[in-house]
Amino acid sequence: MNPLHQYLLLSAMLFSVGLAGALVRRHAILVLVGIELMLNAANLNFLAFWRYGGNPEALTGIMFVIFAIAVAAAEAAVGLALIISIYRHLRTSNVDEVNKLNG
Amino acid sequence: MQPSDETRSIPNSIMPPLTDFLFYAFSGLTLACGLLCVLNPFSRNPVTSAMFLVLTIVSMAGLFVLLHAFFLAAVQVLVYAGAVMVLFLFVIMLLDLREEERRRFKTFTLGTGALVVAVIAGLLVRVLSGALPVSRPGPGIEGDTKVLGRILFEQYLLPFEVLSLLLLVAMVGAILLSKKDMK
Repeated sequence: MNPLHQYLLLSAMLFSVGLAGALVRRHAILVLVGIELMLNAANLNFLAFWRYGGNPEALTGIMFVIFAIAVAAAEAAVGLALIISIYRHLRTSNVDEVNKLNG
Repeated sequence: MQPSDETRSIPNSIMPPLTDFLFYAFSGLTLACGLLCVLNPFSRNPVTSAMFLVLTIVSMAGLFVLLHAFFLAAVQVLVYAGAVMVLFLFVIMLLDLREEERRRFKTFTLGTGALVVAVIAGLLVRVLSGALPVSRPGPGIEGDTKVLGRILFEQYLLPFEVLSLLLLVAMVGAILLSKKDMK
């Protein structure tokens, strides 16, 4: 068990937790919370590979995580706006009840 | 597969007991808060889940510090635990909370979800246990803010500008989508 190994195992478990949240919970916001957990697990993977990988001088892992955080912020904003819009039209935030394409 | 000498000799030399202890503390906190965030046996309130997400993100910032990515730890707390979580809480307040508390889990959803997650988690852990990745210490390498800024504005200038455009588009999209009367 070297450090890289520990970080990879931790992020695999965190990813599984996030996946469970996205699959099992039916509230639209809690699905988004699960997706955020999965994104964070991926970020942890990037950083672990940067720190213990072959070429840490290039700082590639850090740049990747910076861009991933910015994209995740944009994704959360648009996703939450979509949830508000769906709630206005259908009066529900349960993703199982949103099964029609015409509002 | 035979691990190289490098793999065997590194862990004790670069992970002093304190770092080791902090790693286990932060990773345990992260996993526990993540679990409480998605499946809380005491409360079904989305606000509780959001608060546990904040705790998860803050303990992940601690892990980032252990990985010597100090700037990213600050960004994680500021952007995720600050900005994004305020957005989440704001939207949760707009929606109907009691609906979620009354809802029961469907056995089918719970069963299939747990099955899929168990299979994927088992697969990941099994593959990782057999992989034995080589871990290099990377002495003295840190996520220094000065160096990061220089790289960001020289080597990664185009992606940076594209990203600013993406944020603008996301802002316009969010405002348009949440407007009251969409024509």
